[in-house]
Amino acid sequence: MSRQSNRTTDSKKMNAELFTLTYGALVTQLCKDYENDEEVNKQLDKMGYNIGVRLIEDFLARSSVGRCQDFRETADVIAKVAFKMYLGITPSVTNWSPAGDEFSLIMESNPLVDFVELPDNHSSLVYSNLLCGVLRGALEMVQMAVDVKFSQDTLRGDNVTEIRMKFIKRIEENLPAGDE
Amino acid sequence: MDTRFTRGKSNILERPLTRPKTEVSVSAFALLFSEMVQYCQSRVYSVSELQQRLADMGQSVGASMLDVLVLREKNGKRETKVLNILLFVKVSVWKSMFGKEADKLEQANDDDKTYYIIEKEPLINAYISVPKENSTLNCAAFTAGIVEAILTHSGFPAKVTAHWHKGTTLMIKFDEAVIARDKALDGR
Repeated sequence: MSRQSNRTTDSKKMNAELFTLTYGALVTQLCKDYENDEEVNKQLDKMGYNIGVRLIEDFLARSSVGRCQDFRETADVIAKVAFKMYLGITPSVTNWSPAGDEFSLIMESNPLVDFVELPDNHSSLVYSNLLCGVLRGALEMVQMAVDVKFSQDTLRGDNVTEIRMKFIKRIEENLPAGDE
Repeated sequence: MDTRFTRGKSNILERPLTRPKTEVSVSAFALLFSEMVQYCQSRVYSVSELQQRLADMGQSVGASMLDVLVLREKNGKRETKVLNILLFVKVSVWKSMFGKEADKLEQANDDDKTYYIIEKEPLINAYISVPKENSTLNCAAFTAGIVEAILTHSGFPAKVTAHWHKGTTLMIKFDEAVIARDKALDGR
């Protein structure tokens, strides 16, 4: 806990390339370890979830963001604060569903995919699927169940990268232990 | 090999390789790396296997890093001398990856094939606490893999391993032939 004192709210930055390449090495390894792309996607999502669960604490501690009033505010915080803080990019928030429970994050650039070209035999690999897991895990920790998936990806020839997020439900707090 | 030359679905080959301005947060990297270590750990039985897996992943990072750096920092010229390639690693590679030079570069007193790169507080290990029962584990094995790939792909075959000594020390052991060649070059 003695570290608390020298920690600033401003998070330290590093070269994005090492991050990109490290992520690439991980995906490459997963492709070797698993038989098909679906399994790799699943594993990436799982690892992302684990990261998200821990990342939300880091995020809440560093940013002065309070509780979001609605899903629109959540979307703004994710795009303008969280993505900026961790990946150095600011995706735009668009394509709201009429009910306001669904939106898209459009990324012009995605730091995870610099240098990356998908070989033809991995056409169903969702390369950046880790991000979906991160978003899902982080939001779950603030009592929001969401569905997150890639609906467009520049790696597959789309013009932009789009993450579609759908609010499912608010997770009830204070469940008694052992209760479903 | 054919997968390296797929028809361009993206414009990746058109993009300039000049210095990138993008930065990500150290926390993002730390969390990603921690997941990697845990993933590797779930599939191995021993500390040395775990380190080997981390080193393997580092190798693929190093191989990509080398080309980019040689182009940016060296105008496309490769090093031919042992000392120069070591300095390239200590200065250019470290600066671009970790934002600073490595703390020290030393040669072993008793062995002309062995060199050390010493880092008091490596970034890779900053957030990792090593469990007592696995006290030899050093996640800088990942960095060792990066360095090994950079040396090997530059034409200096070497073995690089990570150790706990004065912080973290990467021990570089060059192949016999590398040192012999270097001496021959000197003699000319």
